[in-house]
Amino acid sequence: MSKTLFDKVWDSHVVRKIEGGPDVLFIDRHLIHEVTSPVAFLGLKNRDIKVLYPERTFATADHNTPTINQHLPVSDPLSANQLKALENNANAYGIRHWGLGHQKNGIVHVIGPEHGITQPGATIVCGDSHTSTHGAFGAIAFGIGTSEVEMVLASQCIMQPKAKKMRISVTGSLSKGVTPKDVALFIISKLTTSGATGYFVEYAGEVFEKMSMEGRMTVCNLSIEMGARGGMIAPDQTTFDYIKDREFTPKGDAWDKAMAYWQTLKTDADATFDKEFTFDGSSIEPMITYGTNPGMGIGISNHIPDASEVEGGVTTYEKSLGYMGFHEGESMIGKKVDYVFVGSCTNGRIEDFRAFTSLIKGKKKAENVTVWLVPGSHIVEEQIKKEGLLDVLTEAGFTLRQPGCSACLAMNDDKVPAGKYAVSTSNRNFEGRQGPGARTMLASPLVAAAAAITGVVTDPRTLI
Amino acid sequence: MAYDKFTILKSTTVPLPIENVDTDQIIPARFLKATERVGFGDNLFRDWRYNSDNTPKSDFVLNNPVYSGKILVGGKNFGSGSSREHAAWAVYDYGFRCVVSSFFADIFKNNCLNIGVLPVQVSPAFLEKIFSAVFADAQAQLEVNLPAQTITLLATGEQEKFDISPYKKDNLSNGFDDIDYLQNIRGEIQDFAATLPF
Repeated sequence: MSKTLFDKVWDSHVVRKIEGGPDVLFIDRHLIHEVTSPVAFLGLKNRDIKVLYPERTFATADHNTPTINQHLPVSDPLSANQLKALENNANAYGIRHWGLGHQKNGIVHVIGPEHGITQPGATIVCGDSHTSTHGAFGAIAFGIGTSEVEMVLASQCIMQPKAKKMRISVTGSLSKGVTPKDVALFIISKLTTSGATGYFVEYAGEVFEKMSMEGRMTVCNLSIEMGARGGMIAPDQTTFDYIKDREFTPKGDAWDKAMAYWQTLKTDADATFDKEFTFDGSSIEPMITYGTNPGMGIGISNHIPDASEVEGGVTTYEKSLGYMGFHEGESMIGKKVDYVFVGSCTNGRIEDFRAFTSLIKGKKKAENVTVWLVPGSHIVEEQIKKEGLLDVLTEAGFTLRQPGCSACLAMNDDKVPAGKYAVSTSNRNFEGRQGPGARTMLASPLVAAAAAITGVVTDPRTLI
Repeated sequence: MAYDKFTILKSTTVPLPIENVDTDQIIPARFLKATERVGFGDNLFRDWRYNSDNTPKSDFVLNNPVYSGKILVGGKNFGSGSSREHAAWAVYDYGFRCVVSSFFADIFKNNCLNIGVLPVQVSPAFLEKIFSAVFADAQAQLEVNLPAQTITLLATGEQEKFDISPYKKDNLSNGFDDIDYLQNIRGEIQDFAATLPF
């Protein structure tokens, strides 16, 4: 029978099917961090269960870490306690732990691919909804809750029904100044924040075939923002070139054997999907959000829609615009910006900093804007220095912070103050996401750069 | 984590007719720093419930003494966003045992089922009926019957069936969780693992 990429990977990991219930799915790789794992370990302890395969779990500290002075003790006692709990749990159960200050430390979805933990055909989970990032490699990857983290530690399995299948094709090519982030925000604006709930998405078509691995990660990362369980892209030469020779990828004969398998990981020509969408890549322009969920995005040159033009209730829409301090029909161009945040598992990789730097080169940071540039990992941080990007950034008046999730969810001190506007390359513009009362506009690193030097929302195409 | 068995729940409700209620509203990230599952109910809907000086916002439904009960009724696409189980814990810890909406985000729904909170998906029309009934009379009760898989608006007798997988229904009815199941098939899992290429 013909199968989709998703079918192939899912079906090969089913330990047992339960009649009228979920599948017992084997998990190849499990990533954990300090925020969603402590209660899972507590559960193991209370039930006196050992971790079944500690070598399949990788621990890093990222959500709740400072992005300055990481060499100093963490000042917030609650955060310090959580970091210590992760370290203690990892040590107690024999799990690899790349804590704060470790050379391999960084945002969980940045370091997985960096070290070759993420591989085609694998099942990967983490107590974080943006685990969908790893689908860029042709893996089935999705976020789970803490009860499921405990299940994976105890049994290396979770129990979930198989999702329905959706394919989203983007044909043609992208225009100048349009990035993978814009493609993702465009798709979410079309499908809405719940349009893919219950589905696992495969991204296909020329635009994704031509996209870099980092771009594919940005797109897959945002799958959850339209409600999808996850998103994936068939592995190809771009994928294989990226993962070759990384620490945890197979070597020698094992590599050849893996390659023979990985090359079969594509949707069969006559396989079918429960739902399909096709978009024209050339119709996409740089995107920005104006509301309080990632589906509320528009092309940057457009005006904020009227309530009558959007799906959903008027009350919810008005509440959202009220929170943002925006009105129907207004242009986004020229809106005041107080903060710019570049980073997160969505856009905290080297290509994102290259894009940002390319636009600000030879210009100066706008005085009214506070800019937080937060690399996704120490490896990204080192690369920024090695490529000379830091010199260009410094010359333009920017500083670089240390790796972590930072202002994406504002668990640490990187909080946007109440009422202030932030252009952010992260993934969520929910009320209070970047700090109580903070107003977030999601966009690409290029749109962030344009805002950082002009102090207002600016179409980056006018500056390229 | 074991939880109370769920069979039939008859209760007044707390109505929250907002769509796309995300997990950052249910429990903001700054309250995720605990290493134990205690006290999350205090911060349920924190920023909608309290002003920045920690005084209650009188216009938010949880601060309105007229509304109470073990059933939370939310607008479409309830629980979107992050995978934080803390959101489901906050709902449970506050005292809710059931959340009703016309649509749930995937991970939140799964998290609820894993900790003994029953998510009940109803039609948009039935959701409107519940809101109308509760806003007309805050004492209006719902009956959620898990064995029969029905939800009934007791004032009018109007009823809908709801879906739940037989496996999850069995778990909730008996207070079991997936770890109990998985521990019992550990040998089968290990045999399976031995066949995997990596």
